[in-house]
Order: sequence, then structure tokens, then C-alpha cells
Amino acid sequence: MKKCKVFLAVDILYLLLMSLGPLLAIMLKVLFTPQSDDINISGALVFFTIKLPISDLPVSETQVNSVVVIWSIFWLCKYITHGISVRGGLKRQVIAEWIVEKTKSLVNSNMGSYFSDFAPFVAAIMALSAFSSLLTLIGLFPPTSDINTTAGWAILVFFLITYYKFKCGPIHYLKSFGEPVPFLAPLNIISEFATPVSMAFRHYGNVLSGSVISVLVAVALKGLSGLIFGKLPGFLGSFPFLQIGIPAVLSVYFDIFSGLLQAFIFAMLTMLYISGGFPAEDYAIRKAKRAMKNNKNV
Amino acid sequence: MLELAIGIILGGCALGAGAAMIAGIGPGIGEGNAVAKACEAIGRQPECKGDVTTTMLMGCAVAETTGLYALVIAILLIFVAPGRFVDVLLNAVGK
Repeated sequence: MKKCKVFLAVDILYLLLMSLGPLLAIMLKVLFTPQSDDINISGALVFFTIKLPISDLPVSETQVNSVVVIWSIFWLCKYITHGISVRGGLKRQVIAEWIVEKTKSLVNSNMGSYFSDFAPFVAAIMALSAFSSLLTLIGLFPPTSDINTTAGWAILVFFLITYYKFKCGPIHYLKSFGEPVPFLAPLNIISEFATPVSMAFRHYGNVLSGSVISVLVAVALKGLSGLIFGKLPGFLGSFPFLQIGIPAVLSVYFDIFSGLLQAFIFAMLTMLYISGGFPAEDYAIRKAKRAMKNNKNV
Repeated sequence: MLELAIGIILGGCALGAGAAMIAGIGPGIGEGNAVAKACEAIGRQPECKGDVTTTMLMGCAVAETTGLYALVIAILLIFVAPGRFVDVLLNAVGK
């Protein structure tokens, strides 16, 4: 397939739009970060606050970076699917097809064929989470190290779980709390609410612990290099030699491996909880009974 | 006297954060067991290495949760709790 000039121009436009978001976020961060040399372990920067009647709405780095991630993923998808054809031919089409097929097979093998429509949702959660965590690589605040982001996703998943538990009617749903023995109902209710809490805290804690440990190690290395090379004259004395390279090793684990693993685990748990909460056998029986009733009426 | 009280608050928060991280023992043992069993399984059946690794990573992440709860509490005790407690103290004293 021969690439014409228009095709290349649209490609470059997509890539530019994709990188525009992170650049804007970096500019905002540079403009708003207060100057300090101290150890800086803080939450998201609050850019400005919108006055609302009920309560003020702070627009923080979390929201801005989430929108940036969504924006970048959108243009990345446009770039990857640009110029796909039935016969194929572009390398990016192979990647796009690989992503779609992998997600579909993952969803089908973990959730069963009833939930095969869930592939886009699972892929979206995975991409959002992975790219949010990878945002640390360009020095931005990862939205996943704010509890509000992950709690939002976990609440969404909680609603989905409850929706699929309600598929057999409210009576069946209430009965499911007294499952092994009725007096365990309070514990079942607690464990129902523990699901989103544990999902939110797991993702948030992993990303946050990575950034906290990275900052602590960087500060410790600065102090250590000051202790060792402090006697050198002039510029060499104040230059933190030990900070070169060593924090990058930690970053490979905490930022790349841990971030991608947590994205995978969040998506995996979403799938398992939703398909585990759905009473498949009872739903099939109920469906069959309804069909029989309808047949009798006819 | 007030300095002493604030010092006790800060020290208590730091000690509490340290004590909370004792919970790190649990996930350590749990994940170690999981990885050991996964190694055994791969040794017995090398052809299902991919599945075993995926399941092991899942299990490790779920076992890590209790440790992360402790971590979140420790971080709260270090970065959030001292300010709150000192505010409560100052309000109680009336300053």
C-alpha cells in the first residue's frame, strides 16, 4: 500500500494531537509547582477552585491528567486504526488486531460467552489504568496515585456487579446474602462493600507506594553522594553523582512493571467479580421458565 | 507544656506508622508461599508456565492487599494525622 501525502499528514496530525495533551499538562505543572528544595511528597496540585453552591470543586492535577490520558488514548486509537483495510498491509493494523483479539479471548475465557460484549469496557479500563500509571515516566502526577480516581472506577465496577446480581430479580438478590446460613448475612453485606474498597485501595496503594519509595530513595542518594563527594572542589562537590542511574532501576519496577501489573489485575478482578456475581444457572432456569410460560399463553 | 504535648503527638504518629507496617510480614509470607508453589507447579508441568505465572501474579496482588492497607494507614499517620491531631489539641487548649 502506497502512502500518499494526505495520509502521512493525517498521521502526523494525530501524533501531534496525541502529544499535545501531555505537553500542556507539563506546562501547567511547571507553571503551578511552588519552588522548594525539600523532600516533596504531596498529593495532587490544586490548580484552581470552582465556586459551586453546594461545595467548592477543586480542579486538581488528578482531573487534568485524567482528561489528558483520555485525550491521548483517543488520538492513539485514531492513529492505530487509521488506514486499516480488509487486506491489511500496515504494521499498526497488526497491533490493533492483536489488541482486539487478545482482549476478546481474555474476556471470553474469564467471563464466558454471555459477557462477550464486555471486551471494550475491559480494554478501556486497562488502557486508562496503564497509561495513567505510565504518566510518571514523563514526570507528571499519575491520576491513579489519587484515591479518588481508583475509587471512582471501583464504584463503577460495584454498580456493574450489583446490576448483574439483580438479573434474577430483587428477591433472589436479597436471598443471596443469606447464602450458606442466614445468620451470616451481616458478614456478607460487609464483604459486598469490601470489594470496591479493596479494589480501590489496592491500585492506589501500589502506585502511591512506588512514588513515595522513589522519592525517599532519590533523597537518600542525594544525601549519600553529598557525604561521599562533598569534599571535592567547586561544582563537583555539590553534584549528586549517585542520583545518576540508580533511581532508574527502581523506576523500571515501580513505574513500569507495577503500573502495568496493577492495570492487568484491576481489569482481571473486574471481570472475575462481575461474572462471579452473576447467577448464571438460576438465570438460565428463570429464562427457560419464562419461555415455557409464554408458549403456554400462546 | 504545649511543646511536650505536640512532641508526644508526633512521636506517637511515627511509632504508630512503624507498628502498622508490621503487617508487611503477612503478605511477605503469603507471596513467598504462592511463588514457591508456582515454581513447583512449573517444575512438574513446564508446558503450563504461562497460565501458572498469570494466576500467581493475580494471587500475589490479592495477597498484597493487607500489606497495602497497612501502608495506606502508615502514610496517613505520617502525612495527615499529625496536623489533624495538633489542630484538635490546639482547639482543646483554646489557641
